Amino acid sequence: MTKIIEIRGLTKTFGDVLGVDDISLDIEEGEFVTLLGPSGCGKSTLLRMIGGFEEPTRGHIALDGEDVTHVPPSKRAVNMVFQDYALFPHLSVGKNVGYGLRVSGVRRSEVISRAREALSLVGLEDRYDASPHMLSGGQRQRVALARAIVRRPRVLLLDEPLSALDANLREQMQIELKNLHTKVGLTFVLVTHDQTEALTMSDRVVVMREGKIVQIGTPQDLYENPQTGYVAGFVGSTNMFRSRVEVGASGPQISCFGQNLQAPAAASALGGRDTLFGFRPEKATLLRGDAQAQNTLRGHLSDVLYHGQSARLVMDLVSGQVVVDMPITDVIGTVGLPQVGSAIAISIEPHKIMILRDEAAS
Amino acid sequence: MTTQFAKSSRTGRSNWLGGIERLSWMLGILAILGFLYLPIAVLVAYSFNDSRSLTWPMSGLTLDWYQKLSQNDQLIQAFYNSVYVAVSATSLTLIIGIPAAIALDRFDFPGKGLFRKLILLPIALPGIITGISMLILFRSLGFNLSLQAVIVGHATALLSVVVTLVYARLQRLPASLAEASADLGASGLQTFFLITLPNIRTAVIGAGMLAFTLSFDEIPVTFFLTGRDNTLPMYIWSTLRRGLTPEINAIGTLIVAMSIVLIFASVLLLRDKTKSKNV
Repeated sequence: MTKIIEIRGLTKTFGDVLGVDDISLDIEEGEFVTLLGPSGCGKSTLLRMIGGFEEPTRGHIALDGEDVTHVPPSKRAVNMVFQDYALFPHLSVGKNVGYGLRVSGVRRSEVISRAREALSLVGLEDRYDASPHMLSGGQRQRVALARAIVRRPRVLLLDEPLSALDANLREQMQIELKNLHTKVGLTFVLVTHDQTEALTMSDRVVVMREGKIVQIGTPQDLYENPQTGYVAGFVGSTNMFRSRVEVGASGPQISCFGQNLQAPAAASALGGRDTLFGFRPEKATLLRGDAQAQNTLRGHLSDVLYHGQSARLVMDLVSGQVVVDMPITDVIGTVGLPQVGSAIAISIEPHKIMILRDEAAS
Repeated sequence: MTTQFAKSSRTGRSNWLGGIERLSWMLGILAILGFLYLPIAVLVAYSFNDSRSLTWPMSGLTLDWYQKLSQNDQLIQAFYNSVYVAVSATSLTLIIGIPAAIALDRFDFPGKGLFRKLILLPIALPGIITGISMLILFRSLGFNLSLQAVIVGHATALLSVVVTLVYARLQRLPASLAEASADLGASGLQTFFLITLPNIRTAVIGAGMLAFTLSFDEIPVTFFLTGRDNTLPMYIWSTLRRGLTPEINAIGTLIVAMSIVLIFASVLLLRDKTKSKNV
């Protein structure tokens, strides 16, 4: 693996506002990297600086070992799929796709054959002569993709490419994008605010907040080991609570909304300190009937949210609420969904409790 | 039509009222059209009148005035001058105005708001003020009064029209189109000619035609700057002092005919591809 993009100390200010704050990041050749964060976190600005559409205030970007910080977009071996697709309305689909070749002086016959080739890669070879306004949203998306890969860039940038599509189409396009990535073997850098999208498609996810990188990792890594409360809350949902760690004979003990829990062994090092903990709603188990288990929380069921394949139980504890996801077969299985208002108990294994860093400390 | 009428008469009173309503609408529309076009119709009609006096009914039909027109060298020269001025002034404003509109749309620079307002100001300025100020400027710079001075004067006054129209169209054009073009390797000029211009061409043609029309019949600025050369409106205006002649009606009719041709040409030019606006 070789580094295709090296970003060092990249900063962008808009007036007094820090858009991107001293970011350093390496991207490997052939990787599918996603920049994830809420709107205004600087992810699009970072992408646009890689594309050359924004001039960095400070810092450097190297592409393939060459400094491109001040190189205009037209001279970078990087192409972009725009959020609104930016298809040229006055040109046919085929001419849109061939545009990048035409302006760089490629022979007409080659322009046409390579445009057709790119269109067939996205399954639209029969729409060569169509006008963009005759296409559906998903087809326009594919034309934009074909247009961006036709020049065989080193890196493909995708700015929220699926946000304009409806839910079903979005899922389908996620798979297609992933397939395309495998097929063409390009480096993909995608920007999104949708955590599902990030988890489904990427090799690596870069979680951003207020112009800074909060955590970088594989989707699994981010989901299983979020380092901060922010990541835990943004990637998937998490029950979070704050507790002082008491280290006793039986290991570290913490309190979750007034009830004692055994903390993971690693918490011993934090003895006596106030720390943020969390666990994922699907990692806890609902105890039915007389079942006994270690590390239990007891409370009352305040609401049931039925999701089809699972149900989310909202449980009232003494001083707070936690949510627990149960596969629907378990809930219906023997006795059906628990009654709202009834007493329920859940258990959570100590190693499934996550130790989270505070935002302020990060 | 007749069957429809037969049907409606069967259902009686309400349709009878509907008929009256339709009739009054028709009359209203005819009145508006009459208001707009009656003066022109009178002009066209009198251009074929075989009497010098403008009295109704006309005494007979003739093409004499058109023949006289074709022998009036002064008038023909004035017409050519007008076309020359209008074409040059329009080209000049487009060449300056389109880049100015693009600059306004795409770039942020200090004083941009002020620049925008300043560029619009000449619209509100009476032509006579522009004319006098241009006259003073040209005099003090030692330029001769000529058709070229008129062209510059018109271009100044028309710039605001062109910039306003083109800028409004650019505002509706997504900035991502030009970015995508640059991203795909196009130079600034390629982006302008291959992407921006085709997408604003309706506005450019519209602005150009409006500028042409305004320049063609402009009097106040021309009056101050023209020197010895006459444009058509100036010529007509000056001959009016000797009374209305049917020759004027004839040239008026020709101009109306020319306008109709221009309007049809523009409709034809603007018809294709305009439906693909919002992609």
